[in-house]
Amino acid sequence: MSAVTAKADPDFFQNTESRKSTLRAWGNRTLSTICIVLSLLTLVPLISIIFLLIKNGAPLLSWSIFTELPPAAGMVGGGFANAIIGTFVMVGIGLIFAAPIGVLSAVYINEYNPYGRLSNTVRFVAKLLTGIPSIICGVFAFAAIVATTGTFSAWAGGIALAVLMLPTILLTAEQALMGVQSAFREASYGLGATKFQTITRVVMPDALPAIMTGIMLAVARAAGETAPLIFTALFSQFWAKSLQEPTASLAVLIYNFSTVPFPHQIQMAWTASLVLVALVTIANVTAQLVFTKKH
Amino acid sequence: MSEPTKPVNPDDIQEFRSGMDFFRILCWVAAVCAVAILAWIVGEIFQAAWPAIQKFGFGFMTDSAWVPNRERFGVAPFLIGTAVSSLIAILFAAPLGIAIAIFLSEDFLPVPIRQTIRFVVEMLAAIPSVVYGLWGIFVIIPIMQVIGAWASQHWGGVPLFAGPAYGNSMLTASVVLAIMILPTITAISRSALVAVPKTLREGAYALGATRWEAILGVILPTAAPGIVASVILAMGRAMGETMAVAMLIGNSSRLTWSLFSPAGTLAGLLANQFGEAEGMQVSSLMYAALILVALTLLVNMAGEWVLRYFQKQTAGIR
Repeated sequence: MSAVTAKADPDFFQNTESRKSTLRAWGNRTLSTICIVLSLLTLVPLISIIFLLIKNGAPLLSWSIFTELPPAAGMVGGGFANAIIGTFVMVGIGLIFAAPIGVLSAVYINEYNPYGRLSNTVRFVAKLLTGIPSIICGVFAFAAIVATTGTFSAWAGGIALAVLMLPTILLTAEQALMGVQSAFREASYGLGATKFQTITRVVMPDALPAIMTGIMLAVARAAGETAPLIFTALFSQFWAKSLQEPTASLAVLIYNFSTVPFPHQIQMAWTASLVLVALVTIANVTAQLVFTKKH
Repeated sequence: MSEPTKPVNPDDIQEFRSGMDFFRILCWVAAVCAVAILAWIVGEIFQAAWPAIQKFGFGFMTDSAWVPNRERFGVAPFLIGTAVSSLIAILFAAPLGIAIAIFLSEDFLPVPIRQTIRFVVEMLAAIPSVVYGLWGIFVIIPIMQVIGAWASQHWGGVPLFAGPAYGNSMLTASVVLAIMILPTITAISRSALVAVPKTLREGAYALGATRWEAILGVILPTAAPGIVASVILAMGRAMGETMAVAMLIGNSSRLTWSLFSPAGTLAGLLANQFGEAEGMQVSSLMYAALILVALTLLVNMAGEWVLRYFQKQTAGIR
């Protein structure tokens, strides 16, 4: 054996660095460096965005921003209270539709009929829905609601957001239910509980934190979306008196104000962006905290 | 459904247990609703697009004129714009995203630093599209004007870099798109890399491979389908991305070779024109939306299919 090894490579047991091995080590180090540098490069856009949000957005932050109406074109002062309320209202409408459908569908596909044809279809459709561009939700709400009622409304915006939120809520709720140990269910059946009792008193309480995480993530995403709202809820300079009239939202306000030639409006767009990013981040962090508290 | 506190007639219980499970029916209805919504979306858009489909047929996709006041509608420039902008975005984002995924799944630097980078990438995913648009207007557009002016001055002969260089351009939109789809590529590629069994890596090291020989020779090829899936799914996202593109690309229906010229995408077209469209224009926009749905569904299905193939394959190794 030893003779064979010696013949194959006489330098094998000698710790001399051959030219080839230095080349390999050098290549290894170079690639590692490139990889690390590229990864650190991602810090640049994020730091730039956060820096500009604070630099351009913070000066206008004041109490009146949260209590007053947006200024007319070319005017100064004002705030975007109606846009903040509009964002909350429309995300709320979306949640009213998306959360029950999403969670109950998840219960059906995970608890009642995991391997059925309908369940596989639901999973497949939910995956497809996550891939649908958000603007298509707006187009759908426009065709289904704005075109039939003849007016831009908070309802239309809310429905568009519901379509957007549904797949996220459904798929995360399914994951949450899957995470519940089957021993829990078996113990419940063993004690004589019905399927309904098992689901409502054993499975759901255990899965609830993870389901809430999914809902908060969906809320965070929906709050930042502009595309489904620009031609469903449109925008309004005034307080909304009902859900059946054009409604302002933070995201659309940023879009509208960022393309006007007035410096005050542009600065307000930055302030609104700062508020929006803060809200979205709070929603995301809450989602993570709710989840980690449990597991 | 309160707890039975006093003795109950056994017959009642029997009836309660064997009766219809209303909750099951409720859940079934919700599941059917979830499926019906996709059909409803496609049906509703198809119905609204029908007049335009009848009038323009497939020529809609090859006609390059979009002149609402003359009732001439064709989406060829927007179709090409959608494809080109997402391809350029992939060109920038794929190497970067895969490099970050490798970085996150290897132990180059201590865990806290990797956690930070991971957090940064997740933050990038959380920033709303419209904020990227605003940032792009004030950061990327000025940079692109400088780069564009320089490039068109020195390489103006090449059609891709021909002047005059505008700020609102194909390249500007693509760069911002690349940043926006980076998290998708990183997240899916990373989970594909992490899913590669440890034994393969250890085997490579045992044969004397250096770290990068193991990565390039064993780990990347094993994770390749997952990485390809991440790129395809990111492409689907880029094609549907609306606000940032609408704010940065210039929304022009003129077809040019130059990367520094304004262009347009399907999603941007919808965002810009839906608000004040009427009659045949609405119908044509619906037709454009239908094409966008079909495209993104196709790309996403391809991505999901590759991803499933990958999961099956690695399940075999483990």
